[in-house]
Amino acid sequence: MIRFFANANYDFIKWRRWAFSLTGAIMVVGLGFLVTRGINYSIEFTGGTLVQIELAHRVPTGNIRAALDNVGLKGADIQNFGSDTSYVVRARLGAAATQGEAGTQAVADAVGRALDQSAGPGQYRIERREAVGPKVGRELQGKALVAILLSFVVTLIYLAVRFEWRFGLAAVIATAHDVVATIAFISVLHLEVSLVVVGAVLTVVGYSLNDTIIIFDRVRENLRKYRRQNLYEILNLSINETLPRSVLTHGTTIATTLALLILAGEVIRPFAWVMSFGIFTGTFSSIYIAAPVLLWIEKRWPGQDARGARTFGVRAPAGASAPEATRPAPATSSSPRAPQPAR
Amino acid sequence: MDKRIRGRLWVIGALIAASIISLVPRNTKQRVIDPSTGRLRDTTVRRLPINLGLDLQGGVHLALEVDQSKGPVPDCADAIQRAERVVRTRIDEFGTTEPVVQIQGRCRLIVELAGEKDQARARGIIQRTAFLEFRITDMKSQFKDALPQIDAALRKAGIKSRNAAPSAVAQLFGGDTSKSKRDTTSDANAPGVLSSLLFQGQMPGEFLVPEEQWPLVDSLIQRPDVKAQMPRGIELRWGAQTESRSARSYRPLYAVDSRPIITGEELTKAVARRDPVTNQSIVTFQLSRRGARVFSQETGRHINDFMAIILDGRVQGEPPVIKNQIGANGQIELGSKPLQEASDLALVLRAGALPAPLTIVDERTISGTLGADSVHDGVLAGVVGVVLVIVIMIGYYRISGALAVAALTLYCLFTLAGLAAFGFTLTLPGLAGFVLSIGIAVDANVLIFERIREELVHGKSLRLAVDDGFLHAMNAIVDSNVSTILTALILYAVGTGPVQGFAITLIIGILASMVSAIFVVKTLFLIWLNRRPNMVTVSI
Repeated sequence: MIRFFANANYDFIKWRRWAFSLTGAIMVVGLGFLVTRGINYSIEFTGGTLVQIELAHRVPTGNIRAALDNVGLKGADIQNFGSDTSYVVRARLGAAATQGEAGTQAVADAVGRALDQSAGPGQYRIERREAVGPKVGRELQGKALVAILLSFVVTLIYLAVRFEWRFGLAAVIATAHDVVATIAFISVLHLEVSLVVVGAVLTVVGYSLNDTIIIFDRVRENLRKYRRQNLYEILNLSINETLPRSVLTHGTTIATTLALLILAGEVIRPFAWVMSFGIFTGTFSSIYIAAPVLLWIEKRWPGQDARGARTFGVRAPAGASAPEATRPAPATSSSPRAPQPAR
Repeated sequence: MDKRIRGRLWVIGALIAASIISLVPRNTKQRVIDPSTGRLRDTTVRRLPINLGLDLQGGVHLALEVDQSKGPVPDCADAIQRAERVVRTRIDEFGTTEPVVQIQGRCRLIVELAGEKDQARARGIIQRTAFLEFRITDMKSQFKDALPQIDAALRKAGIKSRNAAPSAVAQLFGGDTSKSKRDTTSDANAPGVLSSLLFQGQMPGEFLVPEEQWPLVDSLIQRPDVKAQMPRGIELRWGAQTESRSARSYRPLYAVDSRPIITGEELTKAVARRDPVTNQSIVTFQLSRRGARVFSQETGRHINDFMAIILDGRVQGEPPVIKNQIGANGQIELGSKPLQEASDLALVLRAGALPAPLTIVDERTISGTLGADSVHDGVLAGVVGVVLVIVIMIGYYRISGALAVAALTLYCLFTLAGLAAFGFTLTLPGLAGFVLSIGIAVDANVLIFERIREELVHGKSLRLAVDDGFLHAMNAIVDSNVSTILTALILYAVGTGPVQGFAITLIIGILASMVSAIFVVKTLFLIWLNRRPNMVTVSI
């Protein structure tokens, strides 16, 4: 049988400071983009008009832009969409726009007139038309935020019931990290944030939680099983034990997500991008954020057996392994790694 | 085979049978417009009972609210409820497959028409207020008599007459040979701001405004100081069509009684047809018995008067003269407009008027070709994803992996059956969610198999290792899946349309994967172990 990472024995937690620095750097870069460029909200959120067209033959983008200017759509944004003859025209409602609810409809009709001029009547097909009034857009902005915060609260409660609040808090912090990292990723790629992308962020939340819970479940089990190891060792042991599962599951998930990214078309692509990144950050955060944060929480607010606070770091080789342990825990292994001093 | 396995096989068999039954193509009724007769007829179509969202089959999604731009509507919830009934009747008659008309929140109406090709027409039919009324024109020329006062009021407000071209009068009436009466007012009131823009039409109360001037005139008659000078009981209404005289077009303006003699509420029947003599499109209608009584009384009193037929505030055609009492039947002339427009008008008149004008706050239209492309691409991505997952699983876990793949096919079957059985709609994000969930669905099997391997490494016997592997993996599977379902539920509660479709697919997918990965795979394992009781190593 093939086994990846069987009896793996890596000291993951040791690298936590490097991991924090890495993810911190990604976030700083992403948030820098966010501040300078802003979020590329779709018209669902800003209100406005989107028209996707399929032209019978190639028309230079300049001609279409000129025609749009001609019918008075100066601020409209025109973008190639997938193929050479496929375009998306977007006209957002600006903050100072005086267009009312009827305005978005008028813009959609004006795009039709512009196409009659540039491509000629009958030489194009309108594939998609969205006209969102300003009121609906404002409603959605609030809803997206509520959805993400609500999912945190529900998870916190569920994990507090199933595990204990320390685990819940660590899982939520790791997941909040994923949300921030995903937003950073979205702003670096300047992806358009539509409702579907918000859905993808929420799926990342679910996926990352799922992954964290698998590891925490093993931690809970190992805490009962190995009474003499400290939390540092238990965390490392649990991550190593679940490593083959992580590789397999992330492998199959990445395979389907890549299939979506490459094959499922332009409309779903932002969703697939966010999901692909989310799988990486979800895996990363379960190991390098959730576990160290749990360690930190245990040190701050020790639990009943206070094992987190007892020692922080790999114990000296003198510490015997627990009698029940059928495989050596990292602490007692004969690895060439030098023991880490407690911090 | 022991009893335990037999019982499990029965359950799996029943699940598969139920899934297949819920996925068998069935007949659904569709109302379509017969292209040859223009009438609605029911047809039945055999198709898979999975509802495709508008983004996959093409169609139009509209969110409508009561138009408050011309003054607030006090009770929008009540207005929307009444509008919902009217719109539903109109849509049902319009003839599309499974239209959705529902109230969202308090004051918003959602209309979804699948596969509708002529979206502009659909919008027109839904949004049209269709308030029909009959009013007698200003027979005593009260408006014309009040024109000097109105001009004076405008002059006082500091509005200067923008000289209408003097040749306009000559052009207008010089070229007209037959019907037009001589104009008398325009000369007398020439310096007046408003009156200089109005030309007397053919009947009392009819005025013609040059097409390029009508926005100006419209803004003038909307002014409160002009409205204050209007004679009591008289209102102004624009004509729906322009009239052309000697190569210039004019828009008629009518002064009419503010009290309608009858409204569209009394209408029972409306049919579109072509006038055999003039070849014009007309809509003939019939009034209710009560309506007919009122109508014949009123028309009897107004013989030789002109009657304006007003639809949504615009006078339709030229007001006809009432020659004798009119009973239950009447007609509206639409001139040279196509017959389809007449049949749309007949349709909205039959369905009744909207209680208040509606405005579209959100519109999404997807063409059928884009939808078909999305289905094609999504299915392709799904197939490739499944193949990759199969390769990974069998490559890594060998025979056990093959069992997981067998369970995966059942997973796909169960998920699709779940969508069909509960009547949920499959959207494009839902399709993506389904593809994604195939990757996630094997997670439970991965957890179980890894656990079995660990138990084997710990030196347990094969039988015990399998049992313990399933048992010990359960905690992690349940906790992780419940937390994912919780986030999906929130997504469903907060999201709309396509996102809800995604959440639903995710939830059904997780439930189906728990059944297939835990129950089905365990059964397959039990059969396998039973067949070869002496097996000591397992292909995992």
